[in-house]
Amino acid sequence: MNRWLLWVPLVLFGLFFAAVAVGLMMPKDNIIESKMVGKPMPEFALPSAIEQRPALSSADLKRGKPTLLNIFASWCVPCIAEAPQLLELQRAGVEINAIASRDTPQDVANFLNRWGNPYTRIGADTTSKVQLELGSSGVPETFVVDGNGIIVHQHIGDIRQEDVARLLELLKDAE
Amino acid sequence: MKRLLSLLLLCLAVPVSAQTGLPPAPYADRQLDDPQQETAARDLMEELRCLKCQSQSIADSNAPMAGDMRSQVRERIAAGETPEEVRNWLIERYGNWVSYNPPIDSAVTWPLWIAPIILLFAALWLARGRFRKPKDRE
Amino acid sequence: MIAETGLIALWLAAALALLQFALGAIGLRAERNDYFAAIRPVAVAQGLFVSLSFVLLIWLFLRSDMSVRLVVMNSASVKPLLYKFAGTWGNHEGSMLLWVTVMGLAGAFIALFERSLKRQTLVATLAAQAFISLGFYAFLLVSSNPFERMFPVPAEGQGLNPLLQDPGLAFHPPTLYFGYVGLSVAFSFAVGAMITRDVGAAFAKAMRPWVLGAWIFLTLGITAGSYWAYYELGWGGWWFWDPVENASLMPWLAATALLHSVTVLATRDGLRAWTLMLAVVAFSMSMIGTFLVRSGILTSVHAFAVDPERGSFILALLAIYIGGAMALFALRVGTVKEGSRFELVSREGALVANNLLLSVILALVFIGTLYPLLVEAVTGEKLSVGPPYFNLATGPLALLLAAVMAAGPLLRWRRDNPKALLNRISIPVLATAAALFALALFTTGMSILSLLGLALAAGVGIASFAPLWKRNLRRTPIHTYGMVIAHFGIAVALVGMASESSFTEERLVAAKPGDEITVNKWKLEFEAIEPLAGPNWTALEGRMTAQYGDGVLHEIKPQNRMFAAAQTQTSEAALLTRWNGQLYVVLGDGDSEGRWQVRVWWKPFVTLIWYGGILVALGGLLAMVGRLRRGYKQRKQREFAEAML
Repeated sequence: MNRWLLWVPLVLFGLFFAAVAVGLMMPKDNIIESKMVGKPMPEFALPSAIEQRPALSSADLKRGKPTLLNIFASWCVPCIAEAPQLLELQRAGVEINAIASRDTPQDVANFLNRWGNPYTRIGADTTSKVQLELGSSGVPETFVVDGNGIIVHQHIGDIRQEDVARLLELLKDAE
Repeated sequence: MKRLLSLLLLCLAVPVSAQTGLPPAPYADRQLDDPQQETAARDLMEELRCLKCQSQSIADSNAPMAGDMRSQVRERIAAGETPEEVRNWLIERYGNWVSYNPPIDSAVTWPLWIAPIILLFAALWLARGRFRKPKDRE
Repeated sequence: MIAETGLIALWLAAALALLQFALGAIGLRAERNDYFAAIRPVAVAQGLFVSLSFVLLIWLFLRSDMSVRLVVMNSASVKPLLYKFAGTWGNHEGSMLLWVTVMGLAGAFIALFERSLKRQTLVATLAAQAFISLGFYAFLLVSSNPFERMFPVPAEGQGLNPLLQDPGLAFHPPTLYFGYVGLSVAFSFAVGAMITRDVGAAFAKAMRPWVLGAWIFLTLGITAGSYWAYYELGWGGWWFWDPVENASLMPWLAATALLHSVTVLATRDGLRAWTLMLAVVAFSMSMIGTFLVRSGILTSVHAFAVDPERGSFILALLAIYIGGAMALFALRVGTVKEGSRFELVSREGALVANNLLLSVILALVFIGTLYPLLVEAVTGEKLSVGPPYFNLATGPLALLLAAVMAAGPLLRWRRDNPKALLNRISIPVLATAAALFALALFTTGMSILSLLGLALAAGVGIASFAPLWKRNLRRTPIHTYGMVIAHFGIAVALVGMASESSFTEERLVAAKPGDEITVNKWKLEFEAIEPLAGPNWTALEGRMTAQYGDGVLHEIKPQNRMFAAAQTQTSEAALLTRWNGQLYVVLGDGDSEGRWQVRVWWKPFVTLIWYGGILVALGGLLAMVGRLRRGYKQRKQREFAEAML
């Protein structure tokens, strides 16, 4: 038998060891990013989620001005945590549209009364249809959309205080 | 040892809080009338990965979003799309991660598919020297 | 005091393991016979002390000693006794202690009863075994002390997760551990043999019972785990190709290959290097499996008690043991004399084919399981490898393996005539062809793999009994019966798998009480929904009756359970078993109009999967009994002959 062949198991084991050692050191995340970033907003038209705000369609997201598209739900706890930051962004002059995921008008209204309403338009996505179109895998998520309706960025999870500046910058770059 | 415990804990046990109160999408748990379409949809659902509970197919998952994905799959198949079209539609949005069936023509997954052939040849090559030629007549 | 005594016993056992290793290592180097003589009692003492430590831990759990952190975290005083007992190993520390205990006992057993091995090899084996144990002792004593006290002492423990309170927990994990330990013994034998360069039939015969034993336990563990998943998870599936499952399958594949190659080594003194390598790989796979499960490194593994730090510790142990053994292999095997050769068409040839196919399947499962990790580390891209890949990549090879399995036992050792083989195997081949024809004619929509699997199972089932053909059944050795039954069990399981995947029928309905649900020949009457309270849960129970054709009415009661403490909801499926399959009913959520989601499956012959697994294990047990009895008899004869001289 070839002598070098005898070393093959050890070499393979070394490769395995290196791969898992790297894997063990890598920060673990279970985040599935949307592949729609860089692509045009998919066509959709959602009915209005509450009486006080108009419905939302994809046409509303390409009116020449960069916007934020926030996906939220009244049953989602981190959505409460990001509410102040969204209000802050709104005060900074950002147009924020929203998709209410699997929610009832009553619950959405209660949620917004309690935590504030930074949204221009709110569409009701009762069966996650648009969420799937967007490649979004949960709530809350926020998309940065440029004036031509191209998705330029996806923010997964709640918007923290430190994320606000970066989102403003992205919106500025998208102009 | 914990092959099961794991699954039990995070996937089967649905946390009761922090879930939507809305009913699932129309075709989440409703079979298509055409048995052939239902079979096609069912086979596809078993190969799509649930986004919420990451070690399950959407066919097995109780997560509301998996139900919505099942409904999408059934509705699209009922509308005449082929399972591959539906799969590609999801891969376009979520990447290869969403399908349990790695594509054969992707730059990173083709080695997986030729692995069986390479390994078989390697095995045969390894064994070739072990055998004695049959003696002609004995 | 119990906890302190346990900890002292553990330290003593660790010290004895160190002594055992030192005696072996120095003794072998200096060829000191007195060291050799001392190693056996040390190994026995190590086994005793570590067992004492484990027994004390069980005692702490049984009496719910809430001053011990591990008990607090994993037990409660009101729990049923069985779960207090099983709770001992239902956690990381306890399971590691169980592992090292079984290893210590195995070492003691070898020291007491192993007589056929050359002395040096035995000493080297015991030293290697002690070396492995030392790693686990270090792990326990440094980072996972099971006897750690807790202050202040809480009034009540946190309890075992209610979901784990299942008889499956008492049985499934220890079974797999026994299997892993058996493989660690085989590994130690291989290391011992490499050190002394004593690889031959005697070595193979000494190692074989351990491999067989490990393999029996692994077979039972996987079978039990599969059934547990099937009835507990409520998705009607029995194998999901989940990384955690693959982690338990890989050692079994390696052990199966080893079991067959060790036979070649014991009988024909062939495949020396290959068998050594397999012994190393088999134990590597159990360590790697443990690592994958405990470290949580694979995204898809939602393992509980996942801890990257422990993962690093296991990885370090892995590197030392496996890296060391593989380096030893590369250095030493070149000087091990090559075993005897044989012709392609021979029993050895079939066993080599078995080994190669099993190894390729093992490699594919391994690659498929780790590939997403590799790709993410290199390119950052996330991807999934699941059932479609594993079925397609390994299925055809598994069928080929089944065909080889049918032919192998009908071949003679050393060389055989291909024509004679065809003659002997003609009936099974005809049976397969007939089954294929019948299935193609009478069924529709079967996948090719299932179709071939079912047809092949018919032939393999018949062929598995062929070794008994025209033999004096009373003089046929017991281990031959073992092989026949194990091979037949594979055919039985194959029928179950193919049938489940092809003929399962599913109904999903939103039903009101009073509705009727039909699936295949079953008629289900949904009568009512009743609330129900258990010890730590409340449930909604569906009251239904099921009738197969015009048969007897059966009551079935699927439940939807809520665990108050854990805020979780589970479905308890109702299963109704007939000889020809299983009815599987799951109760889902209700809607506002009083309808309930009911999911019903009729799974023809699905139970054959697990009956097959049990048959395989039973065959292994018979083979082991047969081998041990024969070995014992031969030794007695030899001793008698020596005494006469």
